[in-house]
Amino acid sequence: MQTLEPLLASHPFLKNLNPEHVKLLVGCATNKVFNPGEFLSQEGEDADLFYFIRDGKVVVEIYSPEHGPITIQTLDGGEILGWSWLVPPYRWRFDARALETTRAIVMDGKCIRQKCENDHSLGYEMMKRFAEIIADRVEATRLQLLDLYGK
Amino acid sequence: MGSNIESSKMVQNGPERVHSDKDPMLTYPYYVQRLRHETHDTFTIELRPARAVEMTPFSPGQFNMLYVFGLGEIPISISGDPGNQERLIHTTRAVGAVTKAMMKLKRGNMIGVRGPFGTKWPVKEAMGRDILIVAGGIGLPPLRPALYHILSHRKDYGKVSLLYGTRTPEDILYIKELEKWRARLDLEVFITVDRAKGDWRGNVGVVTTLIPKAPFDPDNALAMVVGPEVMMRFSALELQKRGLTADRIYISMERNMKCGVGLCGHCQLGGVFVCKDGPVFRFDQMKDVFTKREL
Repeated sequence: MQTLEPLLASHPFLKNLNPEHVKLLVGCATNKVFNPGEFLSQEGEDADLFYFIRDGKVVVEIYSPEHGPITIQTLDGGEILGWSWLVPPYRWRFDARALETTRAIVMDGKCIRQKCENDHSLGYEMMKRFAEIIADRVEATRLQLLDLYGK
Repeated sequence: MGSNIESSKMVQNGPERVHSDKDPMLTYPYYVQRLRHETHDTFTIELRPARAVEMTPFSPGQFNMLYVFGLGEIPISISGDPGNQERLIHTTRAVGAVTKAMMKLKRGNMIGVRGPFGTKWPVKEAMGRDILIVAGGIGLPPLRPALYHILSHRKDYGKVSLLYGTRTPEDILYIKELEKWRARLDLEVFITVDRAKGDWRGNVGVVTTLIPKAPFDPDNALAMVVGPEVMMRFSALELQKRGLTADRIYISMERNMKCGVGLCGHCQLGGVFVCKDGPVFRFDQMKDVFTKREL
């Protein structure tokens, strides 16, 4: 039976991760397909999961009664959705919805947190990788806030 | 004139300059052939000479000085196809008195043209390489002639990607043309907007987030980037993060160009005159200038 190990190992987020660590992560992973319109996360709900997007497109949005859903960001194959599982109080801050058929590896955040506690070298590796993603997104958000293309 | 010589030294290995025998200070009359609104505040103006004159051929990346009689003269990049020199095409945004008046011109109205001026995109140096064209907002028009050239000589280049970011979906320029480009199998087109409502099905995020998605060999790629300076700075940083060296990243600068030939000094930026030594520069020549607040 094929395991998720090669799929996980091939995701850009986990590039060059120690194979032993990949094996540890496999135990917390499931494969899933999301249909267009299906939610991957909803604001305020427990953030026990995060996603390695394999292909498709996911939209991160916030709902406003005045304006309806406002898109903040889109994510494609090779990207990662969710870090609320890493930071207390472990609740989703935004909605995430599949814009088209999306295949993703769903990671159990609680399971990963426990494994990171038990194996600090895995925890440090995950933190480094998430820190890079968070830094990239903070930078992108700052550029968005600058409204560069305005007059 | 001493600083002129210095500026020439500074950019001697930079983008190629184009020489013309025409008097650069002489304005030629042109008729408006067509004016098309691209978005609520941008328009494309198509011009033809009012009398039989030998037009100086333009190269991708160059600009003209367009004169709305009685109001003033402004620099605008040429955005037409260098393979079709019969038409002079410019796309710009109506922001000041001259461009706002220009947007109201009708077919048959007259306008003054000086040019073309400045350096050109390195379409020859780019041959054999993967190409990344990174445009932000109104930065797409100055890049369009380079893309036209590349597409009409497609076999001479490797993978070609156009990465284009705008403020909202309503601000996207050349929508029909982008759709045609998207349909091509030999061109990757990535579009993103900074903000969108729920009915937008494309990418949302700044243009720099598209760079990791584009297919290119960092050891054999060349990038051409135009947009607001902050956008160009961060795009260059992201391109370098992906392995491109600064000498294979080209940008197009905009300053207060007036004379177009490096005489008046209005567009002096550090040791260069943007009108004469630019507007196309290699990023390694300008990266230190970029972050100097005094400039």
